[in-house]
Amino acid sequence: MVVDQLSRELDDDDVDRIFQALADATRRDIVSRTMQDEYSVTELAERYAMSFAAVQKHVAVLERAGLVSKRARGRERVVSADPEAIRRASRLLDAYELLWRQRAQSMESILAEDAEDRRTDR
Amino acid sequence: MTVLESRVDADALTLTFVTEFDATPERVWQLWEDPRQLERWWGPPTWPASFPEHEFVPGGRSHYFMTGPDGSRVHGWWRIIAIDEPRRLEFDDGFADAEGRPVEGNPVRGVATIEGRDGRTRMTCLMTFADAADLEKLMEMGMREGMGLALGQIDDILAGVHA
Repeated sequence: MVVDQLSRELDDDDVDRIFQALADATRRDIVSRTMQDEYSVTELAERYAMSFAAVQKHVAVLERAGLVSKRARGRERVVSADPEAIRRASRLLDAYELLWRQRAQSMESILAEDAEDRRTDR
Repeated sequence: MTVLESRVDADALTLTFVTEFDATPERVWQLWEDPRQLERWWGPPTWPASFPEHEFVPGGRSHYFMTGPDGSRVHGWWRIIAIDEPRRLEFDDGFADAEGRPVEGNPVRGVATIEGRDGRTRMTCLMTFADAADLEKLMEMGMREGMGLALGQIDDILAGVHA
């Protein structure tokens, strides 16, 4: 089972780093952009209402979590997302959220039976 | 049933899950209070839950187990911290041995808030993990089959579903 494999691939520190990295909306947006294309930090900074240094810091957090990596492109360094690392993180978060979606659906089914009962009584 | 909000806060290690049901708060409260109803929704579809003990009073303890497709069982316990019927329930949820005794590890703190609104009922569940390892352990134990559907949902995170 893949979730099980996931648990073994990541140690506690990895999980903490990934959770923290994805907790921030700007960082999620950076991941989203760099999944599509490579961007230099300067190019990314132009897209957010914050300083170059702040964007650089966000990129560093993502890099430490293994979600993005930097490589040289000519004289500049460009940022791109690591799809496999993101898939792993997304699975962990989604799995717990999905449990609650399933619970809510089951609750809904139980409540729907009340309506059935009311119709039968009539 | 409408999912109004589902938010993972990775810093605080919380999940906030808000749904709205076409029922009264009293009716939604029964889903938590009545063990026969609770066991119909607590486990994932492929890991149905049984609650042989459910002491639904402040300080009360529950013992449940979930049975997987291969017949294996994962046991858990609840301890009710506070009850304000039919508005608010606070409880701890942890792993147990076969007799329902808590095993090592931190429980998940759950707070369910139930509010009536225009004939419908809004239920907010705030689940708090003590550390990321606990969440990982939850995913590892018992949930594997039920979690199968969660895989490959990368589009959600990219679309900002967790925002």
